[in-house]
Amino acid sequence: MAKPKVATTSLCGCFGCHMSLLDIDDRILKLVELIEFHKSPINDIKKFTARCAIGLIEGGCCNDENVHVLQDFRKNCDILISVGDCAIMGGIPAMRNTIPLKECLEEAYLNGPTVYNPSGQIPNDPEIPLLLKQVYPCNEVVKIDYHLPGCPPPADTIWEALVALLTDKPVDLPYELIKYD
Amino acid sequence: MSNTITFMIDGVEIEGKPGQTIMQAADEAGIYIPRLCAFKGLSPYGACRVCTVMVNGRPQAACTQPVAPGTVVENDTERLQHLRGNIVEMMFVEGNHYCMFCEKSGNCELQAMAYRFGIAAPKYPYLFPERDVDASHPDILIDRNRCILCGRCIRASSDLDGKNVFQFVGRGKDKQIAVNAEARLADTDIDVTDQAVSSCPVGAILKKRVGYAVPIGERLYDHKPIGSDIEAARTAGS
Amino acid sequence: MSGTLENTVKDICRSHSNDRTRMMDIVREVQARFKCVSSEAMDVIAAAVGTHRVEVESVVSFYTYLSEKPKGKVVIRLCNDIIDKMHGVERVAQAFSDALGIKFGETTPDGTISLEYTPCIGLCDQAPAALINDVPVTDLHRSIARQIVADLKKHMDPKRLVHRLGDGNNAHELVQSMVVNNIRTEGPMVLSPVNRGEAIKQALAISPVEVIRAVKTARLRGRGGAGFPTGMKWEFTRAATGEEKYVICNADEGEPGTFKDRVILTERPDRVFAGMTIAGYAIGAKTGIVYLRGEYAYLRPYLEHVLERRRNDGLLGQNVGGKEGFNFDIVIQMGAGAYICGEETALISSCEGLRGDPKNRPPFPAQKGYLDCPTVVNNVETLCCVTKILERGPGAFNEYGSQGSAGTKLLSISGDCKLPGVYELPFGIKLSEVLKQAGAEDAIAVQVGGASGAMVAPNEFERTICFDDLATGGAIMVFGPERNVLEVADYFLDFFIEESCGYCTPCRVGNVLLKERLDRILAGHGEPADLDYLQDLGETIKTTSRCGLGQTSPNPVLTTLKNFRSAYEALVKERDDGLQPSFDLSEAVGDAEQIAGHKSVHAD
Ligand SMILES: Cc1cc2nc3c(=O)[nH]c(=O)nc-3n(C[C@H](O)[C@H](O)[C@H](O)COP(=O)(O)O)c2cc1C
Ligand code: SF4
Ligand code: SF4
Ligand code: FES
Ligand code: FES
Repeated sequence: MAKPKVATTSLCGCFGCHMSLLDIDDRILKLVELIEFHKSPINDIKKFTARCAIGLIEGGCCNDENVHVLQDFRKNCDILISVGDCAIMGGIPAMRNTIPLKECLEEAYLNGPTVYNPSGQIPNDPEIPLLLKQVYPCNEVVKIDYHLPGCPPPADTIWEALVALLTDKPVDLPYELIKYD
Repeated sequence: MSNTITFMIDGVEIEGKPGQTIMQAADEAGIYIPRLCAFKGLSPYGACRVCTVMVNGRPQAACTQPVAPGTVVENDTERLQHLRGNIVEMMFVEGNHYCMFCEKSGNCELQAMAYRFGIAAPKYPYLFPERDVDASHPDILIDRNRCILCGRCIRASSDLDGKNVFQFVGRGKDKQIAVNAEARLADTDIDVTDQAVSSCPVGAILKKRVGYAVPIGERLYDHKPIGSDIEAARTAGS
Repeated sequence: MSGTLENTVKDICRSHSNDRTRMMDIVREVQARFKCVSSEAMDVIAAAVGTHRVEVESVVSFYTYLSEKPKGKVVIRLCNDIIDKMHGVERVAQAFSDALGIKFGETTPDGTISLEYTPCIGLCDQAPAALINDVPVTDLHRSIARQIVADLKKHMDPKRLVHRLGDGNNAHELVQSMVVNNIRTEGPMVLSPVNRGEAIKQALAISPVEVIRAVKTARLRGRGGAGFPTGMKWEFTRAATGEEKYVICNADEGEPGTFKDRVILTERPDRVFAGMTIAGYAIGAKTGIVYLRGEYAYLRPYLEHVLERRRNDGLLGQNVGGKEGFNFDIVIQMGAGAYICGEETALISSCEGLRGDPKNRPPFPAQKGYLDCPTVVNNVETLCCVTKILERGPGAFNEYGSQGSAGTKLLSISGDCKLPGVYELPFGIKLSEVLKQAGAEDAIAVQVGGASGAMVAPNEFERTICFDDLATGGAIMVFGPERNVLEVADYFLDFFIEESCGYCTPCRVGNVLLKERLDRILAGHGEPADLDYLQDLGETIKTTSRCGLGQTSPNPVLTTLKNFRSAYEALVKERDDGLQPSFDLSEAVGDAEQIAGHKSVHAD
């Protein structure tokens, strides 16, 4: 029987959650026995070519491309997991949610105290994804099946959740594995 | 008149004293009733509603409800834990709680309550309100993004510190904590040693230059759920 | 600090004995004088009455009639409650807005006129209606709105906007209002002609305990909503120890769709005051307080006049009714725009000069109420019943109504009916009969009990109006075939969000969340699971809220979920694509597209 496939992505995140996944240390060997990584920055597979059992989402949606990727994950994965506070609630990027987008851009590229931008222009290339008016938690864009909180979630949290799902057990995290920081 | 009042919590017979609240009597008996706005030494307030129990089938706040003879109190039921969890989730989406950089994290009662209830993420949408930070005071910071409107600072300042540094202004969803000055905490007579500062259950009132003083793993709620101290009394003694 | 402001504010404080508990009077007066209670004024008030500035700010920021920022000399408060919406208030609002050149919530650049929305002002039977400062204007339409603005720009005198006078005492020289009573059924109790002095005479002829017994024998229950037995409440208060005791008449009438207390106060104030006096005699109080909602300020001069007349007639003051040693007088305490202040403990907070936060119970007002003294709070109509019971005897009272609900009930009927107005009908009457009398036979839904009541469907129109079946403080809002009950529920949520005091979490946050989800459903983005979500959230708010507001605010949603489930089911649909239908990429990326000057490659 083919091993179940797992896809991962980092949307508006810092790759910290991926680091945490790698932090399961030697259990990663066990993991690759259980699963096969499909589309993921870990193996640099860029496109879905097969249906995945699980999609791990790091980061919230801050731009139109994030939305596109997330929707693609939803289409191609049976189970989607928000991994980390950014995916769950926007995380630190969501601190801009109370500020109008224009002001954010002007602060970042024109007015901020550390800005060096002789051109005086806000980057605007069709290749650059467009920012959304706020950072959206993933489950406001697509349905999310599980949430693993933490910034990043402890490696054990990710491990326990994956093992439970892959062995058809309920995801029932013990006290010490639910952490918001 | 007898000096004890006998009643039941979850089938256990409890002895309370006249004038005690259900919560006080439960504490003494080693039964933990979740709470956020109640705090030892402060007058009962009844705002957070996390302590909701059923008294003879009717919902009441255990922190304000006096003990009464023969009453039947339900505390640790699935239904009540569910309702309490909902309330805690409301608090998270009502404010802006970025635990990842909050100095209170690990020692925060709101966060600890969510951990105790096993909440991975709130089911409600985040409201992302616009809230002010007041860093005017040299030693104390107010971050209203994290305020849960529990009123502990208000009561501590007036009842324990003999000052009146805090009070609520506005109503409904616009209600917020204000200081006894035109705008800035620096213009009040608050002192960093005031009980009002240390009474805040969350990271809304913080002492400056403390930072992340206690390493992860050694903080108040890293290993044991909030309320364990009260429950320990029961397992150990009585 | 400007000297005139300081001196004037000091004078105002002094005229209220620099008494902190008179805060409501002080800040209302400062607001009237300066069109705001400025930061400076707060400092002066705090110093004068010996409190902290933030306490003053706390009060000012609580009530909608008070503001820290200046308002115009004239404030137009247009009611945008559901009934007004059904009567085309949007067009009236547009006309006001166009004529003034400002949006709602704004003040004209010259600082003269402010335009605001307000929830129900108790004129639902003559909606759309507005208050212009204290002056009610009714049956508005676009051209009247334009005329009002034109006239105000000329003379700035709201009183001169009254070109016709209403019936009865609305035309009294101290009222001079265009409001009409619309009394459709004058029942045998509350609205029957007044026999001044008679009830007090009867009461004073027997002992206070016997008075209470009479009220109990009549099986009188409170008309304000909760239906607590009045005699029992009096008995508790009488038995409680306290240096002083107080009688408070709850004339806050804030429940959307209720206006019967306004009619009673206009036409039968003597009966209300007699009831208070009898209550005072029964419990041993010397002072009565009428807590009059700010919206009814236009009735105050007339009510003061009636009180003065009663003093002159020996029905108030020293040795009332010739009874040696029975001293009783009544003062009027104005509210300032807060529905929650109708809740009796919030009302007491407000009377004490505090924010209108409800208090923890126990202690109940009967033990510790106003200024910690034993206090009876009764509704306007309840007090009228008291007077009638003493006047005619308990038997004559409880021959009307049913066993559990003795006497008659005043109903305020509004909405889609031919004869909106006030009806005094015996308890136990069928809703269908009420609807027939009001000319509302084609109703598809009736909200019984105001915003916090129940939305009743036609299959339940045979139910009866009484405490044990369809309980109501008096509001009956009728919705005809073209109305959408879910939009009505949605409006009520707006109301509760606006009016929650914010003390407890479930009410403060929960109602906002309820509305978010209901809006989602109304926008066509709902899914079947959202109905369970609403149910669970609604039950959480209802079960865990601290006071009656939160304990009833989910009712419009919960009762429509139960009685109008098909209306929800028609809007929600199951989706199998895993997307959140409420997320709209083009909307989310719109700002960026505008800034960048090109379209998103991902949005369609
Ligand atoms: C949010 C809320 C608003 C209320 N508003 C009113 C009101 O406007 N008038 C009133 O008489 N009772 C109102 N009540 C009920 C009062 O709390 C109280 O029960 C009543 O005044 C007692 O008088 P009664 O026994 O004569 O009815 C309200 C209750 C709540 C919870
Ligand atoms: S106050 Fe508590 S819950 Fe809020 S951000 Fe800080 S740690 Fe998290
Ligand atoms: S600042 Fe802290 S103590 Fe004060 S109300 Fe807010 S959460 Fe409570
Ligand atoms: S990158 Fe994982 S939570 Fe921030
Ligand atoms: S602890 Fe009881 S209401 Fe907050």
